Amino acid sequence: MSAIPKPTRVYYFGTCLVDLFFPDAGMAGIELLQSQGLTVVFPQGQSCCGQPAYNSGYRADALKVARAQLDLFPGDDPIVVPSGSCAGMMKKHWPDLFHGEPDEAKAVQVAARVWELTQFLVHVLDVQLTDKGEPVRVTWHASCHAQREMGVVEEPKALLRQLANVELVELKREKECCGFGGTFAVRHPEISAAMVGDKVADIEDTGAARVVSGDCGCLLNIGGSLEAGAKAARGQHIAQFLKERIHGR
Amino acid sequence: MDGNAPDFAAASRAALADPQLRGNFRRAMDGLMSKRAAQFSDAGEWHGVRALAASVRLRALSKLPELLETLEETCTRNGITVHWAATTDEANAIALDILHKTNAKLVVKGKSMVTEEMHLNAVLEKNGIEVLESDLGEYIVQLDGTMPSHIIMPAIHLNTKQIAHLFKRKIKDAESREDAAYLTDLARRVLRAKFQAADVGMSGVNAAVAETGTLCLIENEGNGRMCTTVPPVHIAFMGLEKVVEKLEDVPPVISLLPRSATGQPITTYVNMISGPRKPGEKDGPREVHLIILDNGRSSIYADPELRDTLRCIRCGACMNHCPVYTKVGGHAYEAPYPGPIGKILVPQIEGLEKRGAMPHACTMCNACVEICPVKIPIVEIMGRLRVEAVKPSGAVKDGGAKASRTEAMVWSGWAAMNASPTAYRVATLAMSKLGNAAPSSLPMLKEWTNVRTKPRFASRTLHDLARAKGVPDV
Repeated sequence: MSAIPKPTRVYYFGTCLVDLFFPDAGMAGIELLQSQGLTVVFPQGQSCCGQPAYNSGYRADALKVARAQLDLFPGDDPIVVPSGSCAGMMKKHWPDLFHGEPDEAKAVQVAARVWELTQFLVHVLDVQLTDKGEPVRVTWHASCHAQREMGVVEEPKALLRQLANVELVELKREKECCGFGGTFAVRHPEISAAMVGDKVADIEDTGAARVVSGDCGCLLNIGGSLEAGAKAARGQHIAQFLKERIHGR
Repeated sequence: MDGNAPDFAAASRAALADPQLRGNFRRAMDGLMSKRAAQFSDAGEWHGVRALAASVRLRALSKLPELLETLEETCTRNGITVHWAATTDEANAIALDILHKTNAKLVVKGKSMVTEEMHLNAVLEKNGIEVLESDLGEYIVQLDGTMPSHIIMPAIHLNTKQIAHLFKRKIKDAESREDAAYLTDLARRVLRAKFQAADVGMSGVNAAVAETGTLCLIENEGNGRMCTTVPPVHIAFMGLEKVVEKLEDVPPVISLLPRSATGQPITTYVNMISGPRKPGEKDGPREVHLIILDNGRSSIYADPELRDTLRCIRCGACMNHCPVYTKVGGHAYEAPYPGPIGKILVPQIEGLEKRGAMPHACTMCNACVEICPVKIPIVEIMGRLRVEAVKPSGAVKDGGAKASRTEAMVWSGWAAMNASPTAYRVATLAMSKLGNAAPSSLPMLKEWTNVRTKPRFASRTLHDLARAKGVPDV
């Protein structure tokens, strides 16, 4: 991870899933950045990175949506995203998506400034967290795209380990996909169910009260499955979890 | 078009309903993943050897036409008869012709995925020729009347108990003993007799060396060596992408293959076949034939992005690490090549009309890409095939076969909503206020809620919260 000098201002790209289903996690991410003295800019014109159409074979539609985001982030300030998957789409796939297009250079410039939230907290801000919460056992679910597109593996766990009252028990199959996969979950509901079933069993084996993750697709899938199965553990976005810990609630 | 297009969804449902099968795969794949990881505990060494193997394959593909010409020359010089087959039908006809000329009645085979692609066994049987698979896993699968469920471990879907039952039913005088050593010995005794009596031995090829005209074949059981040395005629089958330029290109490939596949540092047998028995030599076949199969590969080669599919060295590690394959097993794909590599190779060979669903049987988790020893961008090719299925460029057979006006309209509407801040605000407002009233019986939501609670729309979006808290917009 090539760190950059600590900036005073960052952009925040909230993602459509956070917007609709986990806005509190999105807001927690903004507040974590603000707590480090940064000015956080949330362009109100933003919507989605285009990944759903991109992965479904509808590249022209994906391009249209991605293009609508391009002018929202002028200048050089970093763009922080509370999702490894959407960050991966922007950083890794936008250059391909815009290849040969008149605004390719702009897309490449924007893509290069994209950071996944925990990556930014660790490598750029070097945050030091003070835990004010009650003792709790948690486990970490690594999203596929955070790990394999953004290279985010140790960063979120390092943040969790800074918290004195948080016991992190790692999953046996931390790297294995939870079975969300965007449209995969509805195209192949039985396979997806089997995959999240294995994930839930792995979570239960840790005895954790929370499964913390950095991606809302996974959280919809895993959290929904934990709830439907009336399991003790609950899913939570890492931004919200960290914010609650440093505020003692 | 094929009226009986394989139905992956239905086949996977059946597989998921079989707890024995699921348990067998979970255990086997967990074991293989940890064995592989132990082989590559030194990250620096892994990156180095992987880059080397990828460069060997890339260089071979970059000069593929000339290397194939050279291979034909060097093999011919070594006394190997080279045959070219554009289709699997042609390859089967060439094989049959050789068998008829040698008046063959019994064939023993070492493992070859290309012959699975050709459905060669069925063709031989139809022509009255007995064919016996000699790789233990492949022998088990043949006895069971099924197909391999993994390209390296064909019978990985069965456990010892199931194999003991099968042998008891199919092999004369077999005892009902769930003992791997006993079962292996039993198969060995059956196979030994056949090796001695066979008229023709068949094998695959892991790498064919253009520089020297050498066919390289790696295996663990010695059956490959028996098939290629004991019968008077040996026929080797290879896809045209299997050529490498130089002899020195072989070690990285045959080292990475078993390390990735089974976590072994090297296979028990490494066969380097450089021609038939020469005058004065005491063993080896009288004739060696090499059948080089195209079957769509030259079309794959023509597209610079799809070409990377042909780098594959068939280690099967992508299957071992695929969370979908691990759940449903190999048979659900109903294809010679299952798992990630199958999901990109088979649709290109057989066309998107028949196989357009395969590239969607993937969560795009990239676990396969992370461990592929020759760095095939499997998921990128998967994405490209999803595009070809609905918006064809002409590069893939039956492109556009999955185009759907309804689906196109849905995505177009989605794009219109997400490309306009006003439309997006209206739509998200509507979802926040009304979305939770959607009944769980709606299509898609129904599939989702089978094992999960309904996703709950928040009453206020992040846009709303940010505005309310005074987060600047510019």
